[in-house]
Amino acid sequence: MTVHSGDVVTTPRSDGASRGPDGPPYLAVRDLSVAFPTADGEVRAVRDLSFSLALGRTLAIVGESGSGKSVASLSIMGLHDRGSTRMSGSITLGGHEIVGMSPEELRHHRGVAASMVFQDPLTSLHPYFTVGNQIVEAYRAHHRVNKRQARERAVDMLARVGIPNPRRRLGDYPHQFSGGMRQRVMIAMALVNDPKLLIADEPTTALDVTVQAQILDLIRDLQRDFGSAVLFITHDLGVVAEIADDLLVMYGGRCMEQGPMRTILGRPLHPYTWGLLLSVPAVSGETDRLRPIPGAPPSLLAVPSGCPFHPRCAYRDRVPYDQCREVLPDLYPRTADGTRTSRCHLADPERIFTSDVLPRLS
Amino acid sequence: MLTYVLRRVLSAISVILVTLVVSFGLFFLAPQDPAGVICGPRCNTQRYQDIRASLDLDKPVLVQVGSYLKGLVAGRTYTSSGVTIECPAPCLGYSYTLGQPVTKLLAQAVPVTVSIVLGAAVVYVTVGVLAGTLAARRRGSAMDRGAVGVSLGLSSVPYFVVALIVALYATFLPRSEYHSLLDNPFAWASGLLAAWLTLGFTNAAAYTRYSRASMIESLGEDFVRTARSKGISERRVVYRHGLRAAITPVATILGVDMAFQLTGAIFTERIFGLPGLGVLVLRAFGQSDLPVLMGGVLVGAVVLVTLNLTVDLLYTVLDPRVRLT
Repeated sequence: MTVHSGDVVTTPRSDGASRGPDGPPYLAVRDLSVAFPTADGEVRAVRDLSFSLALGRTLAIVGESGSGKSVASLSIMGLHDRGSTRMSGSITLGGHEIVGMSPEELRHHRGVAASMVFQDPLTSLHPYFTVGNQIVEAYRAHHRVNKRQARERAVDMLARVGIPNPRRRLGDYPHQFSGGMRQRVMIAMALVNDPKLLIADEPTTALDVTVQAQILDLIRDLQRDFGSAVLFITHDLGVVAEIADDLLVMYGGRCMEQGPMRTILGRPLHPYTWGLLLSVPAVSGETDRLRPIPGAPPSLLAVPSGCPFHPRCAYRDRVPYDQCREVLPDLYPRTADGTRTSRCHLADPERIFTSDVLPRLS
Repeated sequence: MLTYVLRRVLSAISVILVTLVVSFGLFFLAPQDPAGVICGPRCNTQRYQDIRASLDLDKPVLVQVGSYLKGLVAGRTYTSSGVTIECPAPCLGYSYTLGQPVTKLLAQAVPVTVSIVLGAAVVYVTVGVLAGTLAARRRGSAMDRGAVGVSLGLSSVPYFVVALIVALYATFLPRSEYHSLLDNPFAWASGLLAAWLTLGFTNAAAYTRYSRASMIESLGEDFVRTARSKGISERRVVYRHGLRAAITPVATILGVDMAFQLTGAIFTERIFGLPGLGVLVLRAFGQSDLPVLMGGVLVGAVVLVTLNLTVDLLYTVLDPRVRLT
C-alpha cells in the first residue's frame, strides 16, 4: 500500500489555518524517482517521493546531507542535467507537468512558476555583474519591458526585501554586500517575477544566527504578502519549528515521516526523527555531550536493504523476524484522516516515544 | 588606483634601467672584442683605434654607461673615419655593420613583430576560446574529444615544422611580405596572413585547452546554476555568465604569451621572410653588433614590463572584486 500525502496539506489544520486559504495543491509530486548513472554505479538520489503543497503553505523537507532533499528540489526546477539524469514519476506545478517538459518550456517556467534561493549567496550570485544587472536580467527574461522599467522593478524589489538605499545599491557588486544583505538580494531576484512557489534550499545555513532569524522573518512576510507556496529545504530543526506548516523527513532518498509540523515535532513516530530530535543540543541545563545518531548516512550508491535506516536504528530488535533488514516498510497512515504517515515496522511507536524517547528529550 | 599605476610605472622604469646596466656589463665582459669584429679581415692599427674611439671603448666602462644613458635622453654624435653621424634622442647607439642608428633599425623592425603577434593573437584567442567553449559544453562528446585530440596533436609538432610546411606548401595564401599598415592596410593584412594563420592556429591548440578547462570549471559554479534558475536562455547562461567568468584566467596567460612571442617570433619572421625584431637581433648576434643587441634587450624588457602592467590593470576591468592599492 502506498499513501500519497496529497491529502495531507489540503486538509484543514487542527490549530486553525492562519496562513492563507487551503486550496488545491499548487505543487504535486507523485512517485518521483531520480537517479544518476555514474562510473561506480547508479546513484538513486530520490525514490518514490510523493508530496503536495498548496499556495500559502510552507513545507519543510529535512534530512542529513545526502538524503536526496536538494536533488528533489532541483528536479522541481528542472535544473538537473538532462543528459545524465533518469527521472520517473510526476511533478505538476499549477497543473503543468514538469517531468518530460521540453527545455524551452521549462525555461519559461523557471523563475515564474517556481524560483529558487540557494544556500550560499556569495557563490550563487555572479561576482562580475552588479546586483541590479542580475535582477534586471531575471525580470526581462519573462517580461517585455525596457531597461528603465526593469530597473524600477529591481529598485522596488530591493526595497521590499529591506535593503536600505536600494536605488544606489543597484550598481553595487555582490561582494560589496554583507552576507545577510546578499541573501536578501537573492530573495529579491527570486521573487522579481512573482513566482507562486519559492524553493529555499538551506537559505540560512551560510549565515550567522541573528541574520538567520531576520531572513526567516522576511521569507514569512513575503509569503504572506505574495500568497505563494514555500518549499523549505533544511537540516535545522530549529528553523523548521520557526517556519514550517508541514514537515517531510527524508532519509536515504526516501520519505520516512510526513505530516503537520507541530504533530511531527511534538510526537514523532519514526526512530530516525527521534534521533534527529535527540541530537539537537540543549541550550539550557546540562550541556555535557552531543547525542548524535550512531553511524553515518547511507551511500546512495548502495542503500541498505529493507528499511534504509535499519543499520542505525536502536529499535530494530523490537520488530520480529528481522523484517527491518528484509522488508521496506510502507508509508503507513498514523491518523484516521491520513494527515500523518510514517515508514516504520514498529507496532506501537507512540508508546515507545512516550516511554523511551520523551524522558531523554527534556 | 592612480598612485598604484604611478608606483608600477616607476618600478618598471627601474627594472628597465637595471636590465640595461646588466646587459651593458655582460657585453663589456664578453670575450669578443667588438672593435676587432667590426674592423674585419682587412684591419690595420689606425682603423682599429678609430673604431675603438668611436665606440668609446677606449674610455672607462662607467663613462661608457654614462654616455649611453645620456644618448638615450639627449642624443649623441659618432665620428667614424672622419665622418660625423648624428644620432638623435633617444639614441641607442650606432650599428657599424649596418651603418644605421639603432633607434631607426628598431623603429623599422618593431612594427613588423607587433603586427605579427597581435594579428596572430586575434586568430588564436577567437578560435581557441570558441572551440574550448563548445568542447566544454559538450564535454565527453565526439566533438569534445576531437577538439582536445587535434589540439594535443597540433601542439606536439614543433612549431617551426608547421611554419615551414605552411611556407612551402600553402602557396594559395598571399605572398608573405611586410607593408606598413598606414601606407596600405590591405597589403599589410594580406602580406601577414600566412604568418597570422600559422602562429594563430598552432597557439589556438593551447588556448582551446585553457578555455575548455576554465569553462568547465565556470559552468560548474553556483552562479551558473542561479542564472539557469532565472529562466534565461541557455545560450545566455553559457556565453554571458559562464564565459564571462572563464575568460579572466585565459587573459592572464595571454599577457605572458604575448610577451614571449614579441621577443621570440624569430621562427615566424625568418621562415616567412618578415624583417622583424627577431631577425634583426639574431643577425646582430652573429655579427657581434653590440649596440643592436642591447637595443633588442631594451625592447624586450620594455615589452615584458608593459604587458605585465597591462594584465594587472586589465584585472580591475575583468574582475570588479580586484582593487589595486
